[in-house]
Amino acid sequence: MIAAAIAYLAFAIFVAGMVWRVVAWARVPVPFAIALTCGQQKSLEGIRAAWLENPWTRAGAACRTAIEALWFRSLLRDSRAELLPGVGQALPNGRGSESTSEPRPLGSGCRLFYRGDRSLWGGALLFHSCLLWVWIGHLRFFVEPALVGPANRFVDAGLLAAVAFLFLRRVLDRRLRYLTLAADYLPLALVATVAGSGVLMRWWSHTDVAAVKRFALGLATFHPVAPVGVGLLFYIHLFAASALAVSIPFTKLAHMAGVFFSPTRNLPNDSRARRHVNPWLAPAQVHTYAEWEDEFRDRMRAAGLPLERE
Amino acid sequence: MSEPTPEQLVQIDYAPPRAPWPGAPAEFRKGTYSHAGAAKNLKYLGLPNPRDWQPADADWKLPENWREIVLEGMRERLEKYRSFRLFMDICVRCGACADKCHFYLGTGDPRNMPVLRAELLRSVYRRYFTPAGRALGRLAGARDLTVDVLKEWFYYFYQCTECRRCSVYCPFGIDTAEITMVARELLNLVGCNINWIVEPVANCQRTGNHLGIQPHGFKDTLDFAVEEIEEITGIRVEAPVNRKGAEILFVAPSADFYGMPHYYTLLGYLMVLHEAGVDYTFSAYASEGGNFGMFASHELMQRLNAKIYAEARRLGVKWVLGGECGHMWRVLHQYMNTLNGPPDFLEPPVSPVTGTVFANARSACAVHICEFTADLVAHGKLRLDPARNDRFAVTFHDSCNTARGMGLLEEPRLLLRAACHRFFEMPENTIRERTLCCGSGAGLGGDENFETRMRGGLPRAAAVRQVKETHGVNLLACICAIDKASLPKLLDYWVGGVEVAGVHELVGNALVMEGEKPRAADLRGEAYV
Repeated sequence: MIAAAIAYLAFAIFVAGMVWRVVAWARVPVPFAIALTCGQQKSLEGIRAAWLENPWTRAGAACRTAIEALWFRSLLRDSRAELLPGVGQALPNGRGSESTSEPRPLGSGCRLFYRGDRSLWGGALLFHSCLLWVWIGHLRFFVEPALVGPANRFVDAGLLAAVAFLFLRRVLDRRLRYLTLAADYLPLALVATVAGSGVLMRWWSHTDVAAVKRFALGLATFHPVAPVGVGLLFYIHLFAASALAVSIPFTKLAHMAGVFFSPTRNLPNDSRARRHVNPWLAPAQVHTYAEWEDEFRDRMRAAGLPLERE
Repeated sequence: MSEPTPEQLVQIDYAPPRAPWPGAPAEFRKGTYSHAGAAKNLKYLGLPNPRDWQPADADWKLPENWREIVLEGMRERLEKYRSFRLFMDICVRCGACADKCHFYLGTGDPRNMPVLRAELLRSVYRRYFTPAGRALGRLAGARDLTVDVLKEWFYYFYQCTECRRCSVYCPFGIDTAEITMVARELLNLVGCNINWIVEPVANCQRTGNHLGIQPHGFKDTLDFAVEEIEEITGIRVEAPVNRKGAEILFVAPSADFYGMPHYYTLLGYLMVLHEAGVDYTFSAYASEGGNFGMFASHELMQRLNAKIYAEARRLGVKWVLGGECGHMWRVLHQYMNTLNGPPDFLEPPVSPVTGTVFANARSACAVHICEFTADLVAHGKLRLDPARNDRFAVTFHDSCNTARGMGLLEEPRLLLRAACHRFFEMPENTIRERTLCCGSGAGLGGDENFETRMRGGLPRAAAVRQVKETHGVNLLACICAIDKASLPKLLDYWVGGVEVAGVHELVGNALVMEGEKPRAADLRGEAYV
């Protein structure tokens, strides 16, 4: 019964934590219209505006947010910048260049080259879509009759490969290794444990699916039963999944909800067409025209500028 | 100390330090930071903790309870800005932003990666405001707020130009400009700001513009410009100041009145407005479109910006037309209506020449001069002779704020294509929403900050060099006063042989005015080819 208690507790903390997290964000106002525009604004007729990259309607902004969440639009733009040396120069990484004989006017003929790089986009999309697929596949344990089948072996392999990719890039890329915090490895470790144990249960130890389903249905119908004959792997899987669920609201994993709140993406770029209201703003402490004219009146008169008070 | 050469600066080491983040305290090396805000400016503006100090000093003369002030300020802002709260919570450190920052590309300093710039603040947020950070400390990426951390904030948040390029690439849209703006507000609470920001703000508060030009001087400059146009074209244009009853209030960044090459853009504005027959006025009280208040705090931005609507109301105009400037347009487009609106005494802008209704500006009642002139050109209301710009091969530098905080991309290009025969784009990773900052924005343009500015501008300069080599580009057009101030120096340093001009300077060159005398030279006095 400890398994059931832990599952319930984790689920409760996850739900309560997410509600707390989302409410904490939602109750903070958005004081200014700070849409980040990535395309042509809507202005003159005859100039084609970018309805998705620079939306001027709420519907457009909702589409933009959705494409960000489902398709990771911004990561598609990713590139890697490389500094290439000029003629006869060496850069710290030891590469020189003597490619062209063309004279360069000033010292450093270096150039920056931006190589398109969609590896993070691909890895992230693979990771999140496989995770979603596997998660949906798990619903078959909680409903009777099962409405969905399990994820297939390609999805399982994709998930493991994506976790490995996300881990390895943090370890192998020196820049990424530097900016990674200890706390960033925790979610990767948990996901790897959950996915690894799940894959082993399914393809190696062939855990009794019927027993797992009895346990899951018991949870879902609030008549918990102890899992029988499911083996150590199942407990590892369940506990790691519980730990993962608990950590989501309190760590960076909250990005799964946060992405929908991002004001640079979910606001339309209509701040000149519609006034955005700031609930906490006080009127400005203006240096008024009258005060200004008082200071400069004599000189203004001498220069022939119109005055309010002679 | 002599300035470092390009050959020295380009030796950029991107290998991260051996010591793990957060690494050693920030090092205030000459040439890489800005001078502290002078006490007299802080006093004039009523800002806290005015004193004589410099960032390289060991003792910053902070108030005794500085930590409480900063943490209380942070708590307050976590309750006021959803962006700030959210961006503290959801970064996954995927690293997509890392090499998108021009300061990172130019320095190789890992704390200039946007993700780690934000971690400077986020680590303190975790320590004092999250359960995980309180309980686990370092393990959860949390750290105490110490004087060294505050110094690090100062160094790196005054080494961010709020250009928002990183946010384009972020899968959650995390906007470092939001984080930097909050960080600078926190620094301002304990009197840690830079003079290149607070002096213009104090000037603007008093005289109406950043340069501190008084009303009679302002009028003199405009009169001088009118004479110069008469000399070049034989036509006397009007440049009215503080005239009640005009239809439109025209507001430009004050650098356009005194700076070079900004001044030629001013000539271009005056010529276009004359040729189109627009009934407008300048204001000496609201003689600044730019807003350095934005680089200090939302409160100062609001204070300075308030003058524009106040003056529009006093003069009884129908709507506001704004000149070429980057952050000015971030404020006019995204903040003004919220901060100081609604301007219910104005009318939705309509072009008096073409009858075009600027529906996109119907509530804020402020139109960008490029929108206005592009509409004139699209309707064939201006006669342009692009051959007059034939000595130039032109490229266009999108300014950060009009590109990413507005989406004004095609209007200036439409003007350039109409006014020049030879127009070439820079590589696509460096224009439009991916445009690279000049490296001197957000108040960082001081001479003392030379090395950082040249480093920050390296990616932009490298792109200019590329079109210079492939297309023979010799002129960079832009629509930002800070660009016009900083890019000539930057391009001299890294590229050579490329001039900088405003879009309206090129329009003014090409503009065939009704009844003009034969023109032999352009607005700079250089002969046409």
